[in-house]
Parts: sequence; C-alpha cells; structure tokens
Amino acid sequence: MEWIHAPAVLASFLASLVEFVEALTIVLAVGVTRGWRSAIIGAFAGAALLALLVLAFGPSLRFVPITLLQLFIGVLLLFFGMRWLRKAILRASGVLNLHDETEIFADQTAALRPIGGFHATAIDAVGFITSCKAVLIEGAEVVFIVIAVGATGNMLLPASLGALAAGLLVVILGLLLHKPLTRVPENTLKFSVGVLLAAFGVFWIGQGLRFPWIGHDWAIVGLTIGFLIAALAAVRIAKSRGAIGFATTSSL
Amino acid sequence: MSWFRRFCLEFWGLFVDDGSHALAILLWVAIAIFVLPKLLPDEWKGPVLFLGLVAILIENVSRSAQGSPKQ
Repeated sequence: MEWIHAPAVLASFLASLVEFVEALTIVLAVGVTRGWRSAIIGAFAGAALLALLVLAFGPSLRFVPITLLQLFIGVLLLFFGMRWLRKAILRASGVLNLHDETEIFADQTAALRPIGGFHATAIDAVGFITSCKAVLIEGAEVVFIVIAVGATGNMLLPASLGALAAGLLVVILGLLLHKPLTRVPENTLKFSVGVLLAAFGVFWIGQGLRFPWIGHDWAIVGLTIGFLIAALAAVRIAKSRGAIGFATTSSL
Repeated sequence: MSWFRRFCLEFWGLFVDDGSHALAILLWVAIAIFVLPKLLPDEWKGPVLFLGLVAILIENVSRSAQGSPKQ
C-alpha cells in the first residue's frame, strides 16, 4: 500500500464506523429487550445474507465497461456524499438536531420491549428480524462505500481494510461496553465522510466522462480540500440564514 | 412484502432525502455529460463540474436554514 491509498482507507474507515455504530445501537436494543440469542443470531443472519449478495453480484462488476462503471459509481457516491454533507452541515449549524445514539437506543428499546417479558432461550421473531434488517441495511451501506471508494482505482483492498478495521473496533467496543457508543462524534464523522465521498464522486464522474484532472489522481486531494472549505462556509451561511429566518418568524 | 418495501425505501433513503437537492445534482450531472463537453475546453470541465456542485450545496443549505423553524 502507498500513501496515495490513504484517502480511500480513511473514507472507508470513517464511513463504515458510522454505519457499524448505528447497527450496534439497534442490535444492542434488540438484545436488551428481546434477548441476546435473537439479537446475535439475527445479526449473523444479516451478515450472512449480505455476504451472499456480495458473492452473487460482486463478480458481475468485472463485465461492466470501466468508464461506465466510473460514471455510475461516481454518481452514486456523489448522491451519497452530498446527502451526508448537507445533513451534517445543517446539524453543525444547529438547523437540525444532532444524531443522538442514546435517544435512538431509548426509542428502539421502548418500541421493541415485549409485553410480559421474553424467554431468553427462545428465538424471538421480532428481535431476529429487527437485528437482521439492521445489519443487512447498515452492512449494505458499508459494502456500497467499499465498492464505490475502491472498485475503480485498484483501491478495493485498502478500502476493505479500512471497513474491516472499523467493524472490528465497533464489535470490540460493543462487547466491552454493552451499551451504545454515544461518545463517537457522529456528526463530525459524517461531515468528514461527506466531504471525502463527494470528492471521490466528482473525481470518478470526471474520470468516467474523460475529463482530464489537473494532477491526475492527486486531484482527489484538491477536491477534498475544496469541498471542506465549501462545507465550512456553508455552515456559517446556514447559521446566519437560520438566525435571519428565526428573527423574521419571531417578529410576525 | 411490506418488509421488502421498507427495505427498498430505506435503501432509496441512503441516496435521497431532499428531493430538490437530489434533482439539482442529477440535472447538473446531466449538463456535465451532455452540455459541458461542447462548451468548455478540456481542463475546465472538471473544475466547473465541482463548482456547480458546490453552488448547489450552498444554495440548498441556505434555503433549508432559512425555512427552518428551529434555532
């Protein structure tokens, strides 16, 4: 691995960290309310189903022409990254509430808590499906991020290693703490990942359309810095606009 | 089937949460594919694609912030 792979490893690690933390919160909520057996078997079933989907559809990527693949992945990455970035900017500027894992955990446990308790040894269908679905959906996001970041630039291995490191970190912390990872600065992570994914998205769209980038692969670094500056400016603009909007509403 | 429908909706939500934002990005990418190559010299195409997306992001965030009841 060379250090040109660092943005891919970082993007993959940070984005996967956010997804694994979200999956862990739901699996923990299932474990507490419907039993650990259902939560863990459901999580393994979700991971196995995801692995099957990757094995079934992954090799077909080789048959797609490279420029079409770059364009398609670039557009998906751009949608994904710009969506995260927009939300992170609105959260950082106070327009939207921050994502709160404690609150989500409390909501999930309240919604999942069965009337009359549960049998710790039996598999509970609601718990199993909830846990399975959480791992499947959040895991699908991780797979998408790894493929999108790594598939078109021979960076699949570094991107996979980044995601694997994030997964191991979250599983180990989950096993040790047995509670949601509330101290992960999720909005800062989403802000950073949004910047990185949007930069990768623009780069791959340009590659797919045969736009010549100044500095070739190094253009990713320039685009990342550009999106970072724009996003920080957007936070300031959103803060000032939000204040103007509030003042106008209050005076009515 | 509702399980599958919810899964599809959640998957769609990974890419789109604000319709106007997603539509603006899609239109700009379409312009980048079909119009920019005819109008600009090669070295300008990438930077113009990037600047258009930055403009879309800032406009959307600014509009969302102004229309927000929170603060």
